[in-house]
Amino acid sequence: MPEHLPLFYVFNFYLFGLVAIVSALLFVTRKSPVTAALWLVNTMFSLAALYVMLDAQFIGAMQVLVYAGAIMVVFLFVIMLLNLGHPSELADARGRGWQMAAALVGLALLAEIFALSRAQSPESLELPAGYAAREIMATGAITPVAGPLFNEYLLAFEVTSILLLAAVVGAVVLGKRRSGDAR
Amino acid sequence: MLAESLFFSAVLFCIGVVGVLTRRNAIILFMCVELMLNAVNLTFVAFAQVYGVAGQVFVFFVMTVAAAEAAVGLAIIIALFRHRQTVNLQNINLLKG
Repeated sequence: MPEHLPLFYVFNFYLFGLVAIVSALLFVTRKSPVTAALWLVNTMFSLAALYVMLDAQFIGAMQVLVYAGAIMVVFLFVIMLLNLGHPSELADARGRGWQMAAALVGLALLAEIFALSRAQSPESLELPAGYAAREIMATGAITPVAGPLFNEYLLAFEVTSILLLAAVVGAVVLGKRRSGDAR
Repeated sequence: MLAESLFFSAVLFCIGVVGVLTRRNAIILFMCVELMLNAVNLTFVAFAQVYGVAGQVFVFFVMTVAAAEAAVGLAIIIALFRHRQTVNLQNINLLKG
């Protein structure tokens, strides 16, 4: 992270952050599930731009490919498969009491997270400014991520494969139509 | 840009929480959880810039868990829809005493 960030960088950072927040707000307030899903895709694209600006180019690419490209397509696929969007399905917001409670919980959580993010972090742990950018310049965007993944976190990586296998088996078993089902 | 990233992340996370509390559509609830996971990823990436790039590895694990959760959760929703013809959580009260 350079000491004096260019104005262009700062402007774009705020722009994408605001786009992400506005899209997220539109996402939770839209009635139609398809519209909501598309606003969420917009949020994820803005987040990918933020990742790239935070020296995480590879994560940004993965965000677009895996989140916006794969996970959201699965969501849209299920929405269209179930043919949601019927008028009776659309009015799904909870009552006034729930909304007030949700607003209170949201504000309390926001205050908590702000208080936490104001906490001073130990200076000794911090890397010199611009370290991540220099590392990426020296070795490419993938090596700083792939190195720890296949060395220090190899066990977690292997356990992840078991998790994915379990998820695949679970999804197939749950989604399978039983022979007794009429529909 | 650490402070700004944490700000955006906090706001996105809270929007996700409010969405979970105010909506009844099961699929939208799932998407709100995805939004919260994304907010956490933004925090990870922002801290990785200051405390070491290895933090980005955790974003991968979060993405994997999100993918697995989406696959299983949507399969559950499809199975529920087959029984009840709805994904509105108000009509799904099988476990209610």
